[in-house]
This record gives sequence, structure tokens and C-alpha cells, in this order.
Amino acid sequence: MTTKHLALPLAASVAAALSLAGAQAHAQGATMEKCFGVSLAGQNDCAAGPGTTCSGTSTVDYQGNAWTLVPAGTCETIDLPAMADGTGRMGALEELDRDLPPA
Amino acid sequence: MPSLPVTTGLGFKPEHFRDIAAAPGAVGFYEVHAENFMGDGGAPHAMLAHLHAGHALSIHGVGLSIGGAGPLDADHLARLRRLIDRHRPESFSEHLAWSSHGAAWLNDLLPLPYTTGTLATVCAHVDAVQQALGLRMLLENPATYVTFAASTWAETDFLAEVVRRTGCGLLLDVNNVFVSATNHRFDPRAYLAAFPLEAVGEIHLAGHDTEELPSGPLLIDSHGRAVADPVWSLYAEVLSRIGPRPTLIEWDSDVPPFAVLRAEADRARALLETRGRADAA
Amino acid sequence: MPPDSAHAATQAGFHAALWRPDPPQGLTAPAPDEVSRRFAVYRNNVHHSLSRALAAHFPVVAALVGPAFLTAMARVFIAEAPPASPVLQDWGAAFPGFLDRFPPVAHLPWLGDVARLEWARGRAVHAADAPAASADLLGVPDPEVLRLRLHASVALYRSDHPAVSIWRAHQPGAARGPLPPGPEHALVGRQPDFTVVVAPVDVGTHAVLSALARGETLARAAEHADPTIALTLLLRHGLITAPLTGDTP
Repeated sequence: MTTKHLALPLAASVAAALSLAGAQAHAQGATMEKCFGVSLAGQNDCAAGPGTTCSGTSTVDYQGNAWTLVPAGTCETIDLPAMADGTGRMGALEELDRDLPPA
Repeated sequence: MPSLPVTTGLGFKPEHFRDIAAAPGAVGFYEVHAENFMGDGGAPHAMLAHLHAGHALSIHGVGLSIGGAGPLDADHLARLRRLIDRHRPESFSEHLAWSSHGAAWLNDLLPLPYTTGTLATVCAHVDAVQQALGLRMLLENPATYVTFAASTWAETDFLAEVVRRTGCGLLLDVNNVFVSATNHRFDPRAYLAAFPLEAVGEIHLAGHDTEELPSGPLLIDSHGRAVADPVWSLYAEVLSRIGPRPTLIEWDSDVPPFAVLRAEADRARALLETRGRADAA
Repeated sequence: MPPDSAHAATQAGFHAALWRPDPPQGLTAPAPDEVSRRFAVYRNNVHHSLSRALAAHFPVVAALVGPAFLTAMARVFIAEAPPASPVLQDWGAAFPGFLDRFPPVAHLPWLGDVARLEWARGRAVHAADAPAASADLLGVPDPEVLRLRLHASVALYRSDHPAVSIWRAHQPGAARGPLPPGPEHALVGRQPDFTVVVAPVDVGTHAVLSALARGETLARAAEHADPTIALTLLLRHGLITAPLTGDTP
């Protein structure tokens, strides 16, 4: 079997994953509890929008540089570091643990 | 297909899921917009199944464009069929309106002229829907802001003829009647007197917004506030004439806490029981 | 039934006027000079409801550019790529690409990638159901030949920019800190409790997960990097649905 030489490290990885993964508490316990918090992207409704007819009267004909608006949200606080050097984040397990919800 | 229980219902909002689970039977049925439940799986279908386990279910479409000149969207009809086969609702309803043009879907219920030509189109579409879905659908009267010079039929006559030709039922939106009557300066009671009430399988109640035009008020069907008093009065009068009918409170924007919706439904239920039972057909 | 050409023309005029200042011909109102304001309700409804749907689908993009800009930008996008079906959750696949080339956001080169992440989350919300497999499936004598079937919601995400960090900074309770340099990678998937997770991963784990998602064996996937993190994430979030071994069905 050509993959035999991998058996030991792979088995070790599997064992480590099984222990790190925890009890899979939520995995088997599918409940409705969290449903209410789920964002249902793109809702269809059959109501009118807020009755602001005036905002429907202006037309926006985008004509290249005629666009005068500038983004004015949280993008103003996005401060990118100097140009990426191409290295990815390392997959340290401390970081992984931080990212995982409590089991 | 079984029918909705003759009691009150609420439009289902996912943010109320926990409240609904904690108050089973607060109302007799819930209504959802079909198009929000057309994914393959996930929370939407799980919520719907859970909701339907304890309550009757009404599926209310907003996307078929029954009032459009072009053919119905076969893909959308197939999606509806899958949804109805999966959840087996007690009722399916759609709108006398159009909402797509060419390849574009516009996400609003747009008005149509009432002519002999559009009558034939709407009837053909209702026939096709009922055939494809294997059920008797309810068609809802619209709230409108303009009328068409080309119209040769009164809306009530148009709806009565659709019922006669297709055998469909009607969803009477009393707020829409009041909104259109105010906007087009006609008497809502005259409209209701001409409306084929015997075909009504469900009633909708909702709130509207008001704008002032130089000639008078323009009401907007916003579904964003409590049902207005004149609409409650019209509703009570309809019940006195035809007896109780399944009645839904719609509230789709600025959605309040569940208790507020429930109080609106309770107000409708009180009318259903006092005004509707005496001379129930 | 012959097509109703008169009504088709009415619809065409109505539709065209949704993007123009004047109402279409043929409309009436009790005060004829008010037709324009009445028609504006429909124009407003179409634009408002669609831009609201876009903001609901891409909430972090909406927060990044602000509501006024989002609304105005949505109008351009709606005119260019309106919904092709009444199912709004399926609308917006073209939005990330639109952001990549929309000149007024050219100075935010990561914005399209933030939208791609939100699109992957939206897909995951509605993906087909499948129960999570028991972790025991990995406890076989020859794990090398295992192929895993991943949940339909799983997406492997990559950005040249720190788009995952930008997205995470907009989640409730997130602390704002200095951003790392790109590129960034993440695993997107829907847990059995229906919540959608975005788990940042390193480039090697991304490669392992991508290989597993393609149906490659554990041994082949492990050639890219140590698979421990990949397997841990898949197990923890319930994203393995069934084994696909070479010799068992």
C-alpha cells in the first residue's frame, strides 16, 4: 500500500483532531433555539417601503465621473497594513482555539 | 387541500420564533411569503416545519406575476410546487399584480389595467397555477396608487369574473380596499358591496402610512403600523355580512414585539367572535 | 391564448419609467397633475425594497460604505443586474464583481472580497440539509483511504486582502484592532444548529480542506499540510456528513 508511510502521522492527526474537536455538543443537538438569530438574507415582502415618495422622484443616472457620493461608513476606520508580503497566517492551535466557540 | 381554521393568524417573522415557541396556539395559523422559503434547506425550512407542527400554515406568494402579460415563470412555478409538496400548507394565495418585466424581477406588486385582454391573461395564469400546484388558490385584491386610462372593468367585476372563470377563491385585503378607495376617492363600502364576498377564503388586515397631496390624502400600503380604525370598521361590516373568515394581521416593516402583533390578532378575534358568529353562513 | 400586446406595452412603459423622472403614459388619478407623485410610490418601492434586500444580504458591505452610499450604489447595481428570479436570497452573486470595478469604491480594493464572504454565508444559510456524521467515522484502521463528504454549505474562501478580519471586526462584540496583511483564508459552513461559521484558517489548512472538498483521500489531502486543524474544524462544526470510502458505498 503506497500510503502506508503516512499511516502513523495521519493517525496521530486524526487522534488529535478527535480530541480537540470536543464532544460535538452542538453537532448532535440540532435545536430550534438558535433559529431566531439566523439572518435570512434577502427577505421578500409584500409591503411598500416607507412611504417616502419623494425619495422615489429623484433619478440616479450613473454617468461615470458624475458620481459625487463617497463611501461614509466604517470603511473610514479600516486601516490596512503595508502591502501584504504574501505570507499567510500560521495555523497555530492557540489561534484556532480562540476562533472556536466553546464546545 | 384542507383549509385554514376560521380564526386569526399572523405573518411569521423569524425574529419572533422564540416567542411563538413559548406561546403555542397564540393564533390559529401563520402565514409566510413563499419566496423566503425557496432554498434547499437550513433554518427557514426547519422553522416552517416546526411552526406547522403546531399551527395551520398559509403560503402567500409575492413572485408569480399573475398580472403580467408574459407567460408565467415555469421555474418559479416548479419552485412553488416543491415548497407546497414539502410543507403541505392549508392555503396558498397570490396577488392581482405583476412584478417582473423581461428577465428582471422588480420586487413590488405593480398594478395592471383592467381590460378584456388582461382578464383573459389573468384567468389563464390562475388556471395554470391551480393546475401546476393542484389546489384552489386565493387571489388578493391590490392596493394601488394610480389607475389606467385603458381600464374598462371595475376591479370588483374583474375579480368576480376571474372567480367565475377559474374557480379560484379570493383573499380580501380590507386595508387594500381602504387604501385604494382613499387614493382613488371612491367609497370603500360601495366597493365591498360589489365585491364577490362569497369567494373570500381569507381576510388580510394591515396598517398603512399617510401622505398629503394637494388634492387630499395618499395612503401607502406600508404594513408598518397598527391597523387603522376605519379598516377595523370595514372589517366588522364584512364579518356581519359573510360570517367569520380566517383573518391575518400583516406587519412587515418596523416589525414590533410579538406581543403587539398578538394584541392586534386578539382584537380581530374578538370581532370574529362577536360580529362574525351571529349570522354566520 | 394570444399574448396581450397592449398590456405588454403598458408594462414596458411602466418598467422604463422606474428609471426615469417622468411617469409612463396612460396613467390616471383624480387630480391628473398628481400622477407623477403617485407613480413615484412605485419607483420608490422598487428601488427601496431592492436596496434593502441588498443591504440585508451584504450587511458588512453596507456598514462599510454607509447607508446613503449603499442606497445610491444599489440603484446602479439594480439597473445593471436586477434580480433574475423572485427569490431574493438568490440575488447578488454579481455584486462582488460589481464592487471590484465600480469606480467610486476603487480605493477600497478589499470590498468585493468582503462581499464574496457574505455571499458564501448567504449560500450556507440556505444549503441543503444533511446530518453530521459521527466522529467515529475517522476511527478506522486505514484513515488514509478515507474520503469525506462535506456538508453542502461548506465553502473554502480566500482573499488577497484581510477581508476575513474586516468582516470579523464588524461582528457583534468584536474588538477593533490592527489588521493583519493579506492574504486570508477561511472555512465557511453551517453547523447543525443552523448558525453559519466563518473560521479563519492558514493557507495550508485551506489547501487540505479544499482537497477534502474535492473528494480526495485523507492521505492525498495531507500532502498539502498537517490535516489536524482541518479535521478538528470539520468535526467541531459538524461539517462532515458521510464517509465516501473507495470500497464501501
